[in-house]
Amino acid sequence: MIRAPKCEMTLMVNGEKHSIVARQADTLLFVLRNYLGLTGSKPGCLNGDCGACTVLIDGTPIKSCMILAIETIGKSITTIEGLHDAPIQRAFVEQFAFQCGYCTPGFIMNAHALTEHRPDADDETIRKWLESNICRCTSYREIEQAVKSVLAEGQKQE
Amino acid sequence: MIGKSVIRKEAWDKVTGRAKYTHDYLETGMLHAKLVISPYAHARIREIDTKKAFSIPGVRAVITGEGLPLTGEDLRDRPPIAFEKVRYHGEVVAVVVADTLVQAEQAARLVRVVYDPLPAVGSPREALEEGAPLIHERLGSYQKGKYTYPEPNTNIAHRTKIRKGNMKKGWMESDVVVEASFSFSPSDHIAMETRCATAEILPDGNIVIVASTQSPFMVKRLISAYFGEDVGKIVVRTPLVGGAYGGKAPVQLELLAYLASKAVGGRKVSVWNTREQDMITSPVHIGLEATVKLGCTTDGYIKAAEILFLFDGGAYSDKAIDVTRAAATDCTGPYHIENVWCDSLCVYTNHPYASPFRSFGHCEQAFAIERTIDLLAEKLNMDKLELRMKNAIRPGHTTPTQVLLNQSNVGNLPACIRRLYELIQWDEWQRIEIDARTVRAKGVSCSWKTSTIDTDASSGAIITFNPDGSVNLMSGVVEIGTGTKTILAQILAEKLKMDINDVHVKMEIDTQSTPEHWKTVASRGTFMGGRAVLEAADDVIRQLKDIAACILRAPIEDLEVGYGKVFLRDDPSIYIPIKDIAYGYKYPNGNAVGGQIIGRGNYILRHLTPLDKETGAGKPGPEWTVCAHAVEIEFDKRDCTYKIIKAVSVIDVGKVLNFKAALGQVMGAMSMGLSFASRETFLFDQYERVLNPQFRTYQPIRFGEHPEYIADFIETPQIDAPYGARGVGEHGLIGMPAALANALSIAAEVPLNQLPLFPELIWRTKKGEQYDSF
Repeated sequence: MIRAPKCEMTLMVNGEKHSIVARQADTLLFVLRNYLGLTGSKPGCLNGDCGACTVLIDGTPIKSCMILAIETIGKSITTIEGLHDAPIQRAFVEQFAFQCGYCTPGFIMNAHALTEHRPDADDETIRKWLESNICRCTSYREIEQAVKSVLAEGQKQE
Repeated sequence: MIGKSVIRKEAWDKVTGRAKYTHDYLETGMLHAKLVISPYAHARIREIDTKKAFSIPGVRAVITGEGLPLTGEDLRDRPPIAFEKVRYHGEVVAVVVADTLVQAEQAARLVRVVYDPLPAVGSPREALEEGAPLIHERLGSYQKGKYTYPEPNTNIAHRTKIRKGNMKKGWMESDVVVEASFSFSPSDHIAMETRCATAEILPDGNIVIVASTQSPFMVKRLISAYFGEDVGKIVVRTPLVGGAYGGKAPVQLELLAYLASKAVGGRKVSVWNTREQDMITSPVHIGLEATVKLGCTTDGYIKAAEILFLFDGGAYSDKAIDVTRAAATDCTGPYHIENVWCDSLCVYTNHPYASPFRSFGHCEQAFAIERTIDLLAEKLNMDKLELRMKNAIRPGHTTPTQVLLNQSNVGNLPACIRRLYELIQWDEWQRIEIDARTVRAKGVSCSWKTSTIDTDASSGAIITFNPDGSVNLMSGVVEIGTGTKTILAQILAEKLKMDINDVHVKMEIDTQSTPEHWKTVASRGTFMGGRAVLEAADDVIRQLKDIAACILRAPIEDLEVGYGKVFLRDDPSIYIPIKDIAYGYKYPNGNAVGGQIIGRGNYILRHLTPLDKETGAGKPGPEWTVCAHAVEIEFDKRDCTYKIIKAVSVIDVGKVLNFKAALGQVMGAMSMGLSFASRETFLFDQYERVLNPQFRTYQPIRFGEHPEYIADFIETPQIDAPYGARGVGEHGLIGMPAALANALSIAAEVPLNQLPLFPELIWRTKKGEQYDSF
């Protein structure tokens, strides 16, 4: 069996530089959870289907199970742990937009990016962005309301 | 406090990624296990060669099934690791333990297993055919519970019989009779957190399990029972659980983690399911084949019901026996029927084995019953809600297991139906052609549910104080997402008349220090946990008054507790702050009396009895929650696709304790029910292998596909429940499959008696018999 050697890499996560030694085959999700202890990103399917591991890479939501850690060298990674006092977090709390909370970090990262990139998003845009994530507890209506409340707040301020 | 939409206690942990679940507790030095699973649904294991697996560095042990005790909650029919033969696709045949998960995965691929495939059984009806392969040849020799009735030399793990009234009389009185058959295959819970467990055996023999489970206390009992370990030496911890829906009630991976730890000298070992394994290796949502025959008078009063449930329990019976029993106890749906015959069978097949699924046998049976009610209404030419209203169960009636109902234990179904009637504007239209292609239709259903759990299930609560007078609340209810721990905090804050922010809830379960709550199942957390909390609060109040009486020099009878004080009822200006006495009271001269106040409370279900073997008579649960549901769809006649426009549930919850949380429970359950009914099923090939154990091929409802949801409540208090509240965690789901199928049957003008309701199924049914097979 060919064994991939480990290599040292420096990742920029939540504004901090982290030097780690990892396998080249390690996904970003694995590195975040197992090397950096950032367990907010969840391994829901490891197949890019559920979105529970979504993080932002240079501001774009990416499923961290679908990208290798070495591919993210030189990029800026934001995980749920790096999100502080974002309006979407409060909106999720107030709208009861989660129950068990397992899909929540991924949903929040995706929804946060949506509100940042597309402050004028209509229903169809919201659907296109958020259909990549699965929530098994809520009816999705609560999540929709949370996202829309943040968008509405943003539009009011403009 | 009661009824307020208090934000759940762990909310901020959950939106910041700080909430930790079992598999988030990663630890250096912890070993990792990988399960080797069977690619066959039914096969003899001829040989297992583990030698090559050890060529991978870091491999510490490979465990196989030899010499392990049989397990199972009602019937011990399941080896924790397959031995001699495998009975379902996905069954564990070996467990590889290594330093890292990567190494364990690499080694698992090198475990060579040689199988001799056997003919596989693909449905309950097939399993019951003469000459069907026997899945458990030694069924007669298995250890079993007192109320479990396996039928040796068949594939029947258990049969529940309901015999109420006189069937002959029932059919005599019936002018109109309908009969129909229904079916669906097993599917899955797909909680977002896959199941996982760690185990460690300490040098003194203490066993520490951390698991994502609804049943931490049962894990402890079962490991003790199966492996002869002292129950007191087993400690089970459960942090937050990432969704459960019944799928985490059975005990499976915990046993493997324990065995794995034992194989490596007690070191900590983690067992974690990948999504694919979680869907087929761990227990699944039960399948069903049912036949329902109903008879009624010409004016629509149902006189007789003959019901056959053949549940697809899969390869092992475990919790499926209980599920099939629960389906039988409420087999008629919420209707007054005097003559009832029901056989509910837990049948072995070569499918993944079944576990409870949110509503515990009820959404399954409700699909069959409520479809039949619609067929009956059509035959009678009677309004579908009117027929349901006429036969609605009411106080004074008896259930199929002959429990006499009253207003407290059954609530008000007619009120639910009336509210539903208004909410869906039933009188306006029920089927409407929008254009040549498009039809809109409304389907309705009713449902009810009691909890079929152990007659001696209990729940405990402990309250301690902090020096500032705030309290800590410990309950054995697991936070699986339902928010029950927040509800319990509300109950306590209401009782002690204190700020909810001063009630600190311990989220994690530690069976050594958390009082037992039987299992976090059956919508029982608020009722049983709530009763225990109320008793603990009373205990605290009594202790506070005792010590305050001494300090305030007033009789106990004159004192009140609330707002952080113990005060005189007639003169609240005379008081002592709770913080001054919660840790004992210190007099100015240094003398002290009292001590830390610790409140205790418990609740054990009362007056429940097992079901009689021959008639089913018995009391399975304390109360029934009744509901009425509707689904409105838009159907495309050309390609048989459809859109769910609106879904409605009206539930008699007794009392709403937290409005938004209750809405969330009901709407989430409705979503799960619609997802199951419209698109969720395992697809099996001719060898009964699961073809779609992935979200890419097994697709639940996603964001944007959700309809408008309306959840509404009737409040008929359950007198013995905290503030009158009934269980509500599951009920939004129960009527959804039936209501959707009823709506689509009306729209497509063809009876749709199978699930899930893929457009293809509707198309095949419309086309008729020659297209009617897969």
